[in-house]
Amino acid sequence: MSQHPTTYVPKSAFGRWFESRLPVAGLVHSSFVAFPVPRNLTYFWTFGAILAFMLVAQIVTGVFLAMYYTPNAAMAFQSVEHIMRDVNYGWLIRYLHANGASMFFIAVYIHIFRNFYYGSYKAPREVLYILGVIIFILMMATAFMGYVLPWGQMSFWGATVITNLFSAIPLVGETIVSYLWGGYSVGNPTLNRFFSLHYLLPFMIAGVVALHIWALHVPGQNNPTGIPIKSGKDAVPFTPYATIKDIFAVVVFMVFFAYWVFYMPNYLGHADNYIPANPAVTPSHIVPEWYFLPFYAILRAIPDKLGGVIAMGAAIVIWVFMPWLDTSKVRSTAYRPLYKQFFWVFVGVCLVLGWLGSRPAEGWYVIASQICTVYYFAHFLIVLPVLGFVERPLPLPNSILESVMGVQKGGAGMPAGANAEPQSKG
Amino acid sequence: MAETTTHVAEPTRRDFLYIATGAAAAIGGATLVWPFVQSLAPDAATVAAGAPVEVDLTPIAEGQIVKVFWRGKLIFIRHRTPDEIKAAQDVNVASLRDPQPDAARVKDGKSQWLVVYGNCTHLGCVPLGQQGEYHGWFCPCHGSVFDTSGRVRGGPAPINLPIPPYAFESDTKVIIGQEATA
Ligand code: HEM
Ligand code: FES
Repeated sequence: MSQHPTTYVPKSAFGRWFESRLPVAGLVHSSFVAFPVPRNLTYFWTFGAILAFMLVAQIVTGVFLAMYYTPNAAMAFQSVEHIMRDVNYGWLIRYLHANGASMFFIAVYIHIFRNFYYGSYKAPREVLYILGVIIFILMMATAFMGYVLPWGQMSFWGATVITNLFSAIPLVGETIVSYLWGGYSVGNPTLNRFFSLHYLLPFMIAGVVALHIWALHVPGQNNPTGIPIKSGKDAVPFTPYATIKDIFAVVVFMVFFAYWVFYMPNYLGHADNYIPANPAVTPSHIVPEWYFLPFYAILRAIPDKLGGVIAMGAAIVIWVFMPWLDTSKVRSTAYRPLYKQFFWVFVGVCLVLGWLGSRPAEGWYVIASQICTVYYFAHFLIVLPVLGFVERPLPLPNSILESVMGVQKGGAGMPAGANAEPQSKG
Repeated sequence: MAETTTHVAEPTRRDFLYIATGAAAAIGGATLVWPFVQSLAPDAATVAAGAPVEVDLTPIAEGQIVKVFWRGKLIFIRHRTPDEIKAAQDVNVASLRDPQPDAARVKDGKSQWLVVYGNCTHLGCVPLGQQGEYHGWFCPCHGSVFDTSGRVRGGPAPINLPIPPYAFESDTKVIIGQEATA
């Protein structure tokens, strides 16, 4: 599995007996103990571990919720209130799960923009990166279907609006939508199948995550300089260095997570979702969960139904092509003075799109959404390809070691052991 | 060792068997997928629940919009005022996004009754009655505007609010879900 031949030798007789039959301890050792990590990683590289933690957290809290939740249109809302009021610590488990989804997305967006900044999507990590995009799409599907389960007003109308996106497909659209609903409108069959899929998809995510990590362990991690590990001095072993740092970051993230759960558990939700679903009345202002807002703004920016749906889909799918749209040979934006500016403009545009998605679709909000949508696509289709040709990158350091320790003058004046012992971090 | 036949020019009997086996597997696979896809369609009970519904029109005052459900879908029954009817008729049909004269959207001699599906043709929200520029409907979700004939006049909705199958059983009773038989 890993390219790094394991030096793992089981210590006990049982260990040797077992290892010769199922070499799983060796796999773990080569992937998470001896695995070389660049010595200059920053905390932006701990979000992978945070994401793994969040996936487990969602699965554990979800399995417990499923013990009390009833996926039936007549009972779903009641069963969630039952969880909140009667089940011991049900309120905690549900708030962990509902806010957990938001935490998951905060972490994934930081993780994704880290990749954008440090060019981690470029060769040789294209497959690794595309697997990540697939995980993101599966996460969106999971979160969307989860939000339908409490069967409140936002659940119902969110489900209606999103499933109706498929009705934009010419000719077969209406049929596809009735197959999604299992009826002529969002109803009990829809709720049932969404629950089934909401339970299934996280395990599919777990499967893709395994591939994602496998693909990561072939080229190894990228790092803030974007240059590869050239010698052992550029790297430190995963354990204890990355392990401890990851655990520390996860704990800090848990504090942040807990703050939401205990102090403002409904801040990220919508009050309308505490009103049971009513197919005769749409809430006056329907908005998706915050993590979908930029895409929602793009959908609404296009004054044509099919066009809006295509633009929204393209906004995500275009990520897949980034490794080939970006023509620059330099990975890290730290060495790309021009691109650095465009990168932050792009981040700004995404945030503004998110804010516009939360506004009503009227007046200048629509015009602003249109301008931002054009810029969003221009970033991928114009900025990324063109900058690679016109930009003059800064000189790259010769090695990761040099970037953290400064240029070594022939080793003189410094004992040989000093820079072999990676005490300092980048 | 037997000679392997990797570069024969002639297709062999084995090639034929490979293709035949592959084709059988593909057809078999597709046949197996079919029932699973079909199971997602509206089931027999849902279809059966689509029996026509009878609506008494007497309590619906002029100017009022009543909501009923047929096959789980929302339907508006609007008792139009003479002004609303006139507004719906005095329109240059050719200028509409989905050109349809008002006469094609109501039953002959019953132009005070407009019966339309109650979900916006954009993404399915319920538009608000008597609102928007034409006082027909206004959809709060993404701003589609409908006139007093339920025709789209603005916003992202691509088509008019569709007309469900219905028939007048008497002057005060409609049956929704059934075409006129006479
Ligand atoms: C990728 C992982 C997951 C994400 C992002 C996610 C997201 C969500 C969201 C956003 C909700 C709505 C919460 C609310 O507003 O009430 C929800 C509800 C729910 N989820 Fe998940 N979920 C995940 C995994 C799971 C798993 C693995 C299960 C079951 C084993 C599960 C079971 C449930 C149940 C029963 C509900 C309804 C109760 C409720 O609304 O609180 N979830 N999920
Ligand atoms: S659903 Fe009515 S305008 Fe979008």
